[in-house]
Amino acid sequence: MVLRFSSSFALSSPHSPLTTDTRRLHLPSMMVGGLLRFLVSLLAVAICNAASISQPISESHRSAALDFALCTWRTLEILGIDKKSDLSSATCENVVKVLASPSSALRVNGILKCKSGEDVPKVNSWTLSVSKLQARAKDAKLLLDFYYSVRGLVLVKEQFSGTDLSLADAEAIFPSIKALSQSDGRWRYSSNNPESSTFGAGLAFETLAGVISLAPSGIDQSMIQTLKTGILKLFDRIQKYDDGTFYFDDSEGPISTTASVIRGLTSFSASESTGLNLPGDKIVGLAKFFLGVGIPGDAKDFFNQIDALACLEDNRQCYFLALFMQFLFVLFQFSVPLILSLPSTVISLTKKELLKVKVSTVLGSKAPALSVKVAEALNSKGSKFDADSATYFLDSFPKNLDVGKYTFVFEILLDESANEKAYVTEAQTKVPIAATGAISIENAETAVLDSDVGSVESQKKLDLTKDEAVSLSANHLQKLRLSFQLTTPLGLVFKPHQAFLKLKHESQDFLGLVEKLYYLSGKYEIQLTIGDDLPERPEKAPLPPLQPTDPYSRYGPKAEISHIFCVPEKLPAKKVSLVFLGLIVLPFIGFLIGLTRLGANIKSFPSSIGAATSALLFHGGIGAVLLLYLDLFTTLKALSLLGVFLLFVGHSTLSHLAAASNKLKSA
Amino acid sequence: MARSSTSKDAQDLFHSLRSAYTATPTNLKIIDMYVCFAVFTALIQVAYMALVGSFPFNSFLSGVLSCIGTAVLAVCLRIQVNKENKEFKDLAPERAFADFVLCNLVLHLVIINFLG
Repeated sequence: MVLRFSSSFALSSPHSPLTTDTRRLHLPSMMVGGLLRFLVSLLAVAICNAASISQPISESHRSAALDFALCTWRTLEILGIDKKSDLSSATCENVVKVLASPSSALRVNGILKCKSGEDVPKVNSWTLSVSKLQARAKDAKLLLDFYYSVRGLVLVKEQFSGTDLSLADAEAIFPSIKALSQSDGRWRYSSNNPESSTFGAGLAFETLAGVISLAPSGIDQSMIQTLKTGILKLFDRIQKYDDGTFYFDDSEGPISTTASVIRGLTSFSASESTGLNLPGDKIVGLAKFFLGVGIPGDAKDFFNQIDALACLEDNRQCYFLALFMQFLFVLFQFSVPLILSLPSTVISLTKKELLKVKVSTVLGSKAPALSVKVAEALNSKGSKFDADSATYFLDSFPKNLDVGKYTFVFEILLDESANEKAYVTEAQTKVPIAATGAISIENAETAVLDSDVGSVESQKKLDLTKDEAVSLSANHLQKLRLSFQLTTPLGLVFKPHQAFLKLKHESQDFLGLVEKLYYLSGKYEIQLTIGDDLPERPEKAPLPPLQPTDPYSRYGPKAEISHIFCVPEKLPAKKVSLVFLGLIVLPFIGFLIGLTRLGANIKSFPSSIGAATSALLFHGGIGAVLLLYLDLFTTLKALSLLGVFLLFVGHSTLSHLAAASNKLKSA
Repeated sequence: MARSSTSKDAQDLFHSLRSAYTATPTNLKIIDMYVCFAVFTALIQVAYMALVGSFPFNSFLSGVLSCIGTAVLAVCLRIQVNKENKEFKDLAPERAFADFVLCNLVLHLVIINFLG
């Protein structure tokens, strides 16, 4: 089982404080329990690395599930969302059950969420746990051991204010924890392991603050002083984004690391009476970092974000410092950052609204009395405060503000000097503001130019706001130019981002006629659209009909040429051909008639069967040959066969005839 | 006077030719008629071509030449069959007719292929 600490987040600007109401709340160390789970499981995984057998869901899963649930619940409580008290009783029972397990010392923190009234019967187990924790704190070697044991004791002390609880060997424990520090400000987790982290530094600060609070007789000031220098060294490792946010980064991820450091610092500064002089801009930068995270996707990140902001908001929020509440009004050592935000960054010149500015703490609660000044070269004298909505208004509308984008620089001035130590603000907050106004369009005119030279041939003024027509004539060698001027309310020239000119022909859309424009005359409708994010009413002045007339004739394409390579010969009319067909037949008929007149006969047609058949075949063969009308080679093939056949048949017929005539002759 | 004599001579000539012609045997007259028929057909084809133009010239040639060819072959047959012709005394008329048929068939083959 591995708990993943993902550091994914979404940046959003500008920074706006979280708007909730604040309550004094306890905070269990769910985060710590989870972290220990993670480390224990990591060790377990490291030991059984070779085996890598999958294990069923174990006690650690259940504990981690409880961690997450309580973590989430704690977040909801800070944000003032979920106030169900019945949930807490059910949780208490669950946690009490878990207490029975061997790792109960670590679960003490979770139990402290429960109301003290319910756990009166368990007082014996409490004392048992407390003594266990104390023994653990004494014997601890690792940073995390110190952390859990000391914090457990602090929470017990906080929850049960009557109990007299103190760390007997505080004087000895402090240096042993301090020994884990490094010169660059980071802390090691154990004296054997050289690995160090900023996250560990945060844990160490919390632990040491706890030790200081639990120490019966106080800690030596020299040791505390060295710790303070260590903290300032840690701040050298702070990292920065360009927009002025600060954060700490480490292997745990920026959100977890920064949250841990903030928790540590706030707890330490509250516990330490002389105070910690941390640079104010860095505190505000850390606050802005968390505000800029947006809504984290991970539950742990979410919890870290909310917890850190709660610490920054008000030291009372931090779970660890509940026991110092009686000192807080006097020893308010950690400055609370104040955030300046604007509900809307757009000023409208036409509406002449006053610019609104909001100043509050990170979780959205009220700031002390202060005034906001615009440190830009505009005529503004100061601001007025509207207590109802907790916003500030610029008292007068800036006079020389024109349409455009500006960067306003705001400065916050606290009214009471006493608050200057308690609260910290950015020196100057830069906010981009857009001023919008009505843009007027004037001086529109159309002109026809010669394309190459650019000289104006004809020019006509037109008023875009009215519905009027202008007529122009141009040929395809000339250009049509439409010019106009945009002015801002103050009379300066305005340059828009985009300008669209749409010409619509009376019959169809202009875009389809682009190629044919130079000869398509007629009425056009002009539509001019100006696009920009600043003007309030985008000018859309539909120009009505414009009539370009073309003096040249139209050119259309010729009929398509179908390519044939020679013109077909004229054939004679069908009737003529038919007449001649008839005429051709005439001589044949004449021949037949002549034959009959001559008395031609077929008397010598052989009558005997053999000769008759061969004679018939002979005539049939000739007819077949004459009827052949195929292409040459097919004909030749057929003809060769027929010819051979005909040869034999003909020979027999004619020889028979010859014999007959010879007989006749001789006879 | 000359004119009337010439015309009378022409008439006399014509009559003598006609009377001489009637003496020819029938088979020769048949062949003559066949020749006339072929020639007339050829003439009609030439007239048609003169009228409508010689576009498919090969067709025209084919038609005309078939007529002329068969006429020529018929004339050859007449020569060979004529009993008064001393040169072909020994040739049997059936043999001549067989040659005539064969040559006509060959001519027909050529004509048909050239017709297009």
